[in-house]
Amino acid sequence: MTAQSTETPVAAKTSRVNWAHIGESYALVAALIVLFGVFAIVLPDRFPTWPNVSTMLGSQAVLVFLSLALIVPLTSGDFDLSIAATLTISAMTIAVLNVRMGVPVGVAMLAALCVGAVIGAINGFFILFFRIPSLIVTLGTGTFINGIVLWMSKSATIGGIDFALVNWVVAKRFMGIPLAFYYALIMCLVIWYVFGFTAVGRRLLFVGRGREVARLSGINVDKVRFGALMCSAMIAALAGIVYAGTIGAADPNSGNTFLLPAFASAFLGATAITPGRFNPIGSLVAVYFIVIGITGLTMMGIQTFVQNLFYGGALVLAVALSQLVRKREEQSLN
Amino acid sequence: MMAKGPDLSDHLPRRTPGPDLSDHLPRRTPGEAPALLARGVSKIFGTTKVLDGVDLAVMPGEVHGLLGANGSGKSTLIKTIAGLHAPEPGGELILYGQGAPFPMPAGGARRHGISFVHQHLALMPSLTVIENMMLNDLAVEQNWGIRWGAAKRKVEEIFDRFGLTIDPTARVADLSQSDRALIAITRAFDEVQTHGADGRGILILDEPTPFLPRSGVEQLFGLIRSVVEGGASVILVAHDIDEIREITDRATILRDGKLAGTVVSAEADRERFIELIVGEKVSLFKSATPAPAADGTVTASIRDLSADQVDGVSFDIREGEILGLTGLIGTGFDKVLEATYGAIPAQTGTIEIAGQKRPLTGMTPGAAMDTGMAFLPADRLGKAGVGGLSIAENIALPVMGRFRNVFGIDWAGIQDHCLELGRKYDIRPNRPALDLGALSGGNAQKVLMAKWLQTDPRLLMLDEPTQGVDVGARQRLFQALSEASAKGTAVLVASTDAEQLAQICHRVLIFSAGRIVKELSGSDIDKDTISQETFRAQVPEAEGHHDTQEVA
Repeated sequence: MTAQSTETPVAAKTSRVNWAHIGESYALVAALIVLFGVFAIVLPDRFPTWPNVSTMLGSQAVLVFLSLALIVPLTSGDFDLSIAATLTISAMTIAVLNVRMGVPVGVAMLAALCVGAVIGAINGFFILFFRIPSLIVTLGTGTFINGIVLWMSKSATIGGIDFALVNWVVAKRFMGIPLAFYYALIMCLVIWYVFGFTAVGRRLLFVGRGREVARLSGINVDKVRFGALMCSAMIAALAGIVYAGTIGAADPNSGNTFLLPAFASAFLGATAITPGRFNPIGSLVAVYFIVIGITGLTMMGIQTFVQNLFYGGALVLAVALSQLVRKREEQSLN
Repeated sequence: MMAKGPDLSDHLPRRTPGPDLSDHLPRRTPGEAPALLARGVSKIFGTTKVLDGVDLAVMPGEVHGLLGANGSGKSTLIKTIAGLHAPEPGGELILYGQGAPFPMPAGGARRHGISFVHQHLALMPSLTVIENMMLNDLAVEQNWGIRWGAAKRKVEEIFDRFGLTIDPTARVADLSQSDRALIAITRAFDEVQTHGADGRGILILDEPTPFLPRSGVEQLFGLIRSVVEGGASVILVAHDIDEIREITDRATILRDGKLAGTVVSAEADRERFIELIVGEKVSLFKSATPAPAADGTVTASIRDLSADQVDGVSFDIREGEILGLTGLIGTGFDKVLEATYGAIPAQTGTIEIAGQKRPLTGMTPGAAMDTGMAFLPADRLGKAGVGGLSIAENIALPVMGRFRNVFGIDWAGIQDHCLELGRKYDIRPNRPALDLGALSGGNAQKVLMAKWLQTDPRLLMLDEPTQGVDVGARQRLFQALSEASAKGTAVLVASTDAEQLAQICHRVLIFSAGRIVKELSGSDIDKDTISQETFRAQVPEAEGHHDTQEVA
């Protein structure tokens, strides 16, 4: 026997610490800290203050939800471009039902979740029954949903959602941070657990990485993909509820601006924690990395177009980085 | 048959292999240089010498067959000549009497008038015939004004010349397999014509016939005859001895990477070919456990299975039996496994396993696993395992349910389990966190074998289990199979490797045209018998005497 084959588990754990691997896994976390430090030095009065930090944490919970929604189908090998539209229609459903029709906010929230489920089922049906690439289907359904939102809102912002929702999302705080942040954190932990510690998570991963391998290992590939698309739509609907609670209103357009940041966070997040895989903790870190960058630059008086530079740049750079991690293998999403 | 040299008589037996082939070639005109003369071609993959000083001479206007068992090096030889592999130093390539660069640079073969038709034809099914015919031109030339009318006329002209009646505007996907082969070959020939002057040109066809019906084969041969009429040469790689004897002038046979001989096809009979292909090597030591008793418990009965390439196959497999399925490529023996497991749809058939009879139509891999079947596909990192995920993740996939604790999946338990399997099956390096893709072929196969063996399947089905696996790892895999069969697992192995089947199988079924045509068991199971029967299976009647000559 060679030294390799006599290696014991203990030896494997203690023998060598793989610094390169650790560096790769936590580079984004380090970058986040450095970025925060830079702004803290440049803007010592305004940036490193508790109100600012807690606002950043609370206001971007919606984005965390949305990027978590996205990494589920990305892991199983499908794109979902309809998540931002789902978020918008979910928020709008609450506003229309609660404000215009006087439905209790709890019922409106349930209705919003149902809308999410219907969208997920429609996406899944077209992708799996007709075998259309998910990119095309969700691009189409996303635009379609936007149309519905404009129709049901008559293209107007609807304000005055029951304050109970606002109260439970951003007004109430725990340790000074709006509750929305903790909801996002819980969602993140749930997905982390499902991805890492359940058979469902393993199936998701194998379906995304090797559809044929998964099929021949007895996994019902279509069922897994359908489940992933349902999941992303439902989490996006949850994001819509949080969004409605965050601003206390619903407008037919602003939700759509979350699509690119969600993609940027998902892909940037895939370069961290477990490099090369979409993972919830990485996405969480990525969201706040981007938010720190944008908030800091905005505070320095740089114009709003910087947001687009930052999001767009982060998406392409993140994908480029993750390709370096994968040694520039051909990507096979779809 | 075809334009053959007048002086075939001087093609006499020569017992000394050497580079000086030029003296004994069938020339049409005195002093004619061979279209292609390759001398001393060697190729090493890793530590295996797949080609060892092979010579090949093809005359202008000749159809030259290239035969050999699987792994004999024929594909490597043509790919080396076509510039797809770099040869080891020492070989040389002479085209029409002039030295050619060897290794051939990219695109060099094309410029020298050598064109290569791969078995998979390299056609794009969703495009039209015209677009496919123009593919190579479009790929390398800048053309800002394609004239589709002229292109269509040109394609029609080419088809007319060869008497083909294919609509140039049809989509390739809508055409029959035979038509597709004809298109690929005319395209390659047209390319050769553009680059080689005076009717020169060498067309290499890599096993174009296995998937063709007889009528298609005849059409194809008609096309080959018109191609060589103009003076071009064709090298035809094939498995089917009768086809080789029908269409080629001479044939070169490789065995274990060495030249076994070159024969004049019309003068060599089937037995002579089989003898050259198989050789007279002593069979290897047999490591199989004793065959189960003929009245042992039947693990699975497959009845009347029909699927793609499979036509009404029935057989039983017993507890602890290792049953081999073999045949030439395209005879459907490998599809039996896929159809039984539900990996490809079956048209008819039933299986009786675990006391239950169920239809094979509508079988799914999940349902197959539930009855205790396991299937290890030949495509190791495409279908069997995911290279980008770790060894532990690949192994744990089918047994996730066993590793639950209060927190969900017990990763520490999986780690220990994988280390134990790694020790048991000698996986090197035994580090479960390593990506599967980082392992060598043999070790990756050990991992994938362990993935299925740990489920203690009733029926384990393996497709080409030792493809690309080195000899050492191969023995370890065989040992693992023997252990499994000793525990009562029925093992079904599909392979074209007669040596491997001889080493492990209790019984071997030989396929031809989707049916079982021969069953070998007991003392009949050795490498030579399996090889011979595989080749003989193509035509039932045996033929006459040995009156042929051998070069080198």
